[in-house]
Amino acid sequence: MKKLITILAVALLATPSLALAANTLKANPYVTLPIFGIIIAVTMGVVIWSAKKTKSAADFYTAGGGITGTQNGWAIAGDYMSAASFLGISGMISLYGYDGFMYSVGWLVAYITVLLIVAEPCRNAGKYTLGDILSFRTEPKPVRAVAAVATVAVSTFYLTAQMVGAGKLMQLLLGIQYTYAIVGVGILMVGYVVFGGMTATTWVQIIKAGLLMTGAFVLSILVAIKSGMNPMRFFEDIATSPYIIDHVKLLPIYLRELEGGKATLDAGQRFLEPGLFLTNPLDQISLGMALVLGTAGMPHILMRFFTVPTAQAARKSVIVAMFIIGSFYILTTLLGFGAAIHVTPQGIQAVDKGGNMAAMMLAQQLGGEFSPFLGDLLLAFLCAVAFATILAVVSGLVLAASAAIAHDIYVNVIKDGHADQHEQVMAARITSLCVGTAGIIIGIAAEKQNVAHLVALAFAVASSGNLPVVVLSLFWRKMNTAGVIAGLVVGTIVSIGLVMVSPNMTYPEKVADNAKKAYTKLEGDIAAGKVAPEAMDKTVKTIEAKKAEETANRGGTSMLGLKKELFPLKNPGIVSIPVGFLAAILAALVFPSRRSEEMFDEVYVRQNTGLGMAKAIDH
Amino acid sequence: MAQKTYDWAAIAKDPRFIELHERKTRFLFGWWIFSTAYYFLLPIGAAYAPDLFKIQVLGRVNFGYAFALSQFFVSWGLAMYYAKVANRDFDRMTRELVQELG
Repeated sequence: MKKLITILAVALLATPSLALAANTLKANPYVTLPIFGIIIAVTMGVVIWSAKKTKSAADFYTAGGGITGTQNGWAIAGDYMSAASFLGISGMISLYGYDGFMYSVGWLVAYITVLLIVAEPCRNAGKYTLGDILSFRTEPKPVRAVAAVATVAVSTFYLTAQMVGAGKLMQLLLGIQYTYAIVGVGILMVGYVVFGGMTATTWVQIIKAGLLMTGAFVLSILVAIKSGMNPMRFFEDIATSPYIIDHVKLLPIYLRELEGGKATLDAGQRFLEPGLFLTNPLDQISLGMALVLGTAGMPHILMRFFTVPTAQAARKSVIVAMFIIGSFYILTTLLGFGAAIHVTPQGIQAVDKGGNMAAMMLAQQLGGEFSPFLGDLLLAFLCAVAFATILAVVSGLVLAASAAIAHDIYVNVIKDGHADQHEQVMAARITSLCVGTAGIIIGIAAEKQNVAHLVALAFAVASSGNLPVVVLSLFWRKMNTAGVIAGLVVGTIVSIGLVMVSPNMTYPEKVADNAKKAYTKLEGDIAAGKVAPEAMDKTVKTIEAKKAEETANRGGTSMLGLKKELFPLKNPGIVSIPVGFLAAILAALVFPSRRSEEMFDEVYVRQNTGLGMAKAIDH
Repeated sequence: MAQKTYDWAAIAKDPRFIELHERKTRFLFGWWIFSTAYYFLLPIGAAYAPDLFKIQVLGRVNFGYAFALSQFFVSWGLAMYYAKVANRDFDRMTRELVQELG
C-alpha cells in the first residue's frame, strides 16, 4: 500500500447553486499504520500479561471476579459502543439532523433497565453465563442447552454485522482488501480471547473506550471552537448553513411537505426538527422497546456483571458506563452537526451515501485547517479508534458465545459438571478458537449480504427471548423449566421469523420497481429537455444501468421466496416481546413445577442479598 | 470449600427481608416505569405532536431538542438517585440482615 488511497465519488445530490469542491477521504498510511501498530502492540502486551493470570475457569470467564466497578463501567461502555454507533449515528445526524440525535437517546436509556432490573440480581445469582442464571431452579440440562443456543444466536447475528462492517470500513479507510481486513481483525480477536480470556477482553474494552472518548472529545472541542465556544451560535450555524438548507430542500420528505403545504420555509431550522429520517413512529417505538429490554438481555453485556466482586460494584459499573455512554452520544451530536456545517451533507454523501464517514471527514478537515499533518494525524487517530472499537466489541461477543458453548454445553451438559479447572480452561480456549474462526468465515461469506437487519435481529432476540425469561426467573415464583424453554424458543423464533419477512430483507421486485421509477424519471427529463448536453452521456449510462438492474431483479423473490414483506416494521419488538413474555408465563402455568416454586425463596434471597455468593465464585 | 447452608425459606419470611424486598421492588419497578414512560414520550411526541417539538425555546433550540437532551439528564439523575438510596438504605438493610445470619 504505497500510494495514498483516495476515494472520489460523484455527488448524487449535486447542488447547482453552490460550487462544491471535490470531496475526498484519504488516510495517510505513514501516520495511520504506526498508530495501528501501537494499538496492536499495547493490546498484545495486555494479552501476554493476562494469559499469565488466566489459570482457572473463573479467571477465563470472569477475570476471577477481580475487576473494580469503575474498570467494569469503562469496559461495559467499550463492549457496547460499536463502530456503528460512533460512525453511523454521527452520520445520521450529519444528514438528517434531529432524527439522528433522537435515535441515539434509546441507547442510553436502555441502561436504566440494566441498572434497576438485571445488574445486581444477575451478579448475585449468576456465575459465568446466562445459562447459570436460568438453570438455578430448573432442569439444568435442557435449560442450559436452550440458553446456549439463544446466546450463540444473538452473538452470531451481532458478530456477523460487526465483522462485515469492520471489513468494509478497513477497505474504505485503508484500501485493504475486504477478506484480508476480516482475517486480520479475526486473528487479533481470537488472540485476545483465546490467550487472555476475560482479563484481556476487559482491558481491550477499557482501552478502546478511552480512545473513543478522547477522539470524540478532541473533535468536539474543535467543532465548538469553530462556533466560538458559543452553543447559541452553533445552532445558528446549523440553521443558516447554505449547504444544509440546500440539502434539506432536496430531501423527499421536505418536498412532500412542500406539496402538502405543511413545510416551513426555513429549511435550515427544519434540520433541527423531527421527521426527516424516522418516518414510521410504530417502528421507532418498536425499536425503543427492543433497545430498552434487549440491552439487558444481551449475553455479552450480562457477562460483564460476573467480573465484579459484589452487587455494589455491579451497580457502580452501570452508573459509570451510563455517564460515559451518555456523554459519548452528546459529543456524537456535536460531531454530526459539526460535520453537517463544515464538511457539508453533499460532501459527506459524495464519499458515502449513508453518511458513515462523516466523523472521519470532519477530523481530516478540521485538523487540516491547522496543518495537513494534523489533519492526517486526527484522521489516523479516528481510524485507529474505529479499529479498536471493532476489536473490543467482537472480542466480547466471541467470549460470550464461547462461554455458552464451553461452560453450558460441554462442561455442564456433556460432562455433567465433572471437569477440572485445567479441562474447563482448555475447553474454553478451544471453543473460542472455533467460534472466532467461524466468525471469520461467516464474515467473509457475508460480504455481499445485506447485514443491516442483523443488529435489529440481535436486539429483537435478546429482548424477546432472553430478557423475559431472565426477569421471570429472578422475580416470579412460578417460573420453571417449561417457562424458560418456551420463552426462549418462542421469543427467538418469533423474532427471527418476523425479521425474515420484514422490510429489512431485500425484495428484488421492489428493487426492480425502484429502478424502473428512476429511469422513467430520467427519460422524462431527457424528453422534456431538462438534461444539460454535457450531462447527457452520464444520464444515458445511468438509464442503462437502471434498466439492467430492473431486468436482473424482476421476478425474483426474497430469501424466503416472498415478493414483498408480510410484516410492516423493521423492528419486531412490539410484537415479539409480548409474545416472548406470554409464552414463558403460559408454559410455566400449564406445566407447574413444585421444586421450582420451592426453590424460589433461595433465588430471591440470594439475588437480593448476595448471600451464598462465595459458592457462586468458588464452585 | 466448606459452604455454610442457609434456611432460605426462613430468611424469606424474616420481616426485615420482607421490608427490604418490598422497598426495593417499589423503588426499582416504580422508577423503571417512570423512566420508560418518559423515554417513549420522545418518539411518540416527535410523531404525533410535531408542532410542539418545533416550538423554539431558546434561539434556534426547539422544544424537541431540549426534550431529547433532557433524556440524558433524567437518566443520569435517576442513576445517581438510585445509587444514593441503594447505598444509604438497601445496602445497610442487607448488611444488617446478613450479619445477623452470618
